[in-house]
Amino acid sequence: MIYDALVAPFLEFAFMRRALVGCLAIALGATPVGVFLMLRRMSLTGDAMAHAILPGAAIGFLVAGLSLSAMTIGGLVAGMAVALAAGFVARSTTLREDASLAAFYLISLAAGVLIVSVRGSNIDLMNVLFGTVLALNDDALFLLVAISTVTMAAIALLFRPLVMECLDPSFLRSVSGSSSLAHYAFLVLAVLNLVGGFHALGTLMAVGIMILPAAAARFWTREIGGLLSVAMLVGVVSSVCGLLVSFHWSLPSGPAIVLVAGLIYTGSVIAGPIGSLTARYWVRPHLEA
Amino acid sequence: MRFVHRFSQAILTVFLALALVSPGRVVAAEPMPVVATFSILGDMVQTIGGARVQVTTLVGPNGDPHVFRPTPRHAQAMAGATLVFANGLGFEGWMERLVEASGFRGRMILVSQGIETLEAEGHHDHEHQHKASDDHGAPDPHAWHDLGNGKIYARNIAAALIAADPPGKGFYEQRRDAFVLEIAALEQELAASLATLPPGPHRVVTSHDAFGYFDHAYGIEFLAPQGVSTEAEASAKDLAGLIRQIRGQKVAAVFLENIADPRLIEQIQRETGARIGGTLYSGSLSEPDGPAATYLAMMRHNISALLAALRGK
Repeated sequence: MIYDALVAPFLEFAFMRRALVGCLAIALGATPVGVFLMLRRMSLTGDAMAHAILPGAAIGFLVAGLSLSAMTIGGLVAGMAVALAAGFVARSTTLREDASLAAFYLISLAAGVLIVSVRGSNIDLMNVLFGTVLALNDDALFLLVAISTVTMAAIALLFRPLVMECLDPSFLRSVSGSSSLAHYAFLVLAVLNLVGGFHALGTLMAVGIMILPAAAARFWTREIGGLLSVAMLVGVVSSVCGLLVSFHWSLPSGPAIVLVAGLIYTGSVIAGPIGSLTARYWVRPHLEA
Repeated sequence: MRFVHRFSQAILTVFLALALVSPGRVVAAEPMPVVATFSILGDMVQTIGGARVQVTTLVGPNGDPHVFRPTPRHAQAMAGATLVFANGLGFEGWMERLVEASGFRGRMILVSQGIETLEAEGHHDHEHQHKASDDHGAPDPHAWHDLGNGKIYARNIAAALIAADPPGKGFYEQRRDAFVLEIAALEQELAASLATLPPGPHRVVTSHDAFGYFDHAYGIEFLAPQGVSTEAEASAKDLAGLIRQIRGQKVAAVFLENIADPRLIEQIQRETGARIGGTLYSGSLSEPDGPAATYLAMMRHNISALLAALRGK
């Protein structure tokens, strides 16, 4: 019974195994990035950069057709260009980073929609650009796993400067030259994971699996190591449960995965041990008399 | 079969010759501007209207009419048109807003009027799951895949053209009759080919559920992971059900479609080892130099691709 519900779908169908591997790769790679985005108060930056990827991926598709590498490179270039341009404007002018990022991602998004619409009479580009987790081919899987591996290695290498920058960026700048290296490497990782997430989850679901587990983890632990592991765990559980929900109840897979993560987040907001509604407002009876 | 086809061509030639010499025909100085919503309909209107009409097609070759986004140029074409031909049956969901926005004052013709509609759900006897939200109980709009309905489309188009341009009555009637004869010839050809198939259920897989009428008319069963529209995302359950069915039952081949994402079908092919039978044209014609540049060429292409797959060649 439990075996039939939880294990059999993956044993019977190769597409379920592929979807699982793809989702696990994203969950393990993207959620640590999400944790650092959250700690640096950049959660919405992830969303902005996700939009910024669109024109690059669209140009890649127009140039090379349904080619994974062309769309990935295009998305990467566009995402990085927006992140760097926004950072440059924020440092060199009076505009703050959030406003300049919003400006650049809106420009980028409009350019993307325009490019998509130029070929508007053709197959709906939005569907083609952003794959579905049920149709991952070998190339897409290799890409996702490679992105995940690179992300984890890079975060391990840059762990100290990354944490330091979250807590006290000016201190890091004063003691070490690795501040800007850590910053730009982190931006590359974020864009890389968003592009990977697009190939698998489609449309804007990629940001969901990056940010929601990190936000949920915040209610369970204060330690950075704990945050990373809880977020990864939430990501993995959401992927598996989301796929099973999609399998058993005939729901689209991408939204199902993100909604499971959303449910875990909601549960954490209400009942998590640290800083949640329960922890703050539900006064336990004192044990001592 | 070739004889029938030649025969129909001969008749067409005679009619065209008659059209040229018939005294009542006066070519209008300006061809009548009309709009057709998608390429298959555009070809039909052009075939019947000939030089008396100027057809603008909104969704061009290989475009997906389910998810079309109109631009100002399309609205402009609508505003200047005497007639707009649409399929109806919910096929052009974007049509109503475009009509309103463009200030179109002419007549809108739903060419599917008078056909026997099939419901999108329940035209197969298999347990293939549709998503209840997008196509529950709604009519399946892809009626042109039954050549019999093609004839009704032709008559509706001709009637509308005659009503809008009475002096061209004879001209339109002759071209309509020639077109209907060609469709009938293809119908006979198809019936004869189907009779030579080995008995047993004939099953193939396509990306979205567009061939209900083909199934109904010619007894070839189409299974699909997506619902009737290409807009809906497939769920793991739909895909799993389809793969089980392909494994358990005799499925001749899986087919790609010119307007749908090929990756799902490729995944099914990998998983089941089924043969890829080629590309079917469902909601749009091919480019003019492609294999399905007109309605009749499209039907002919689909039929021969399907028959080849069902014969196992």
